Amino acid sequence: MPPEGEAIAEQVFTALADPTRRAILGALAAGGPATATDLAAGLPITRQAIAKHLALLAGAGLVTAEPGERRRVRYRLRSAPMQVAQQFLAALARDWDSPLGALKDHLDRVGPRARHHPNPRDPRT
Amino acid sequence: MAFPDRIERTVELAHPPAEVWAALTTAEGLAGWFGNQAAIDLRPGGAAQMTWNAEGFTAQMRIERVEEPAVFAFTWPIYGLPEDDPRRTYVEFTLEPAGTGTRLTVTESGFAQLPEDLYRKAYDGNSDGWAKELGELAAYLDAA
Repeated sequence: MPPEGEAIAEQVFTALADPTRRAILGALAAGGPATATDLAAGLPITRQAIAKHLALLAGAGLVTAEPGERRRVRYRLRSAPMQVAQQFLAALARDWDSPLGALKDHLDRVGPRARHHPNPRDPRT
Repeated sequence: MAFPDRIERTVELAHPPAEVWAALTTAEGLAGWFGNQAAIDLRPGGAAQMTWNAEGFTAQMRIERVEEPAVFAFTWPIYGLPEDDPRRTYVEFTLEPAGTGTRLTVTESGFAQLPEDLYRKAYDGNSDGWAKELGELAAYLDAA
């Protein structure tokens, strides 16, 4: 992972560490592009606080500002940085220990019943 | 932050490499411990498929190395990324005889790959999305 990728992921995780920003990103993901006023109507915080968080999210490239109706700025979620962060999470979520444990059990179930050289240190023999 | 690109595990199995090989490279074997259902065309470039019922998830794998009974490798999609995402991780099983059993090592690598287009998408200026869409609309209208 080039350092740029780490920087992108770090911005995503920093953004997600704050409950208000999580709520804003969640609202944009669920309902599509929205203005700060739209978002304030659905969240228990002031429009000013939302505008502050939106500015931070836009700076991090997680939302993009675009012209909306009546010359209001609308914010749209940008998924590309999320995909970079998701890749990091995929590595952390990968579990080989469970499948390898299952492989061990599987081999013990289907393997030949008679073992010619049982390992005396193996508690199962 | 240091994120892993490569995951490695080694297990000692009380079964000879031939048995472990069968468990890794046959549909019956794979369905016995890995997925719930499996299909495999065992040759480099061949396709394999594994389904996990609980997750309702099917992985499309591409066989990369078949060196019986020592090396078996495939690539598969990165779980959690969109279905059309081109990124895949590389999974390699290495079997070594260990006494009467087998030392099995699995490595999975490629978690940290970042293709150029995604890097560009992730870093592109925040304003160009709208400009691009207007451009697309204009092109659509011109074509109509």
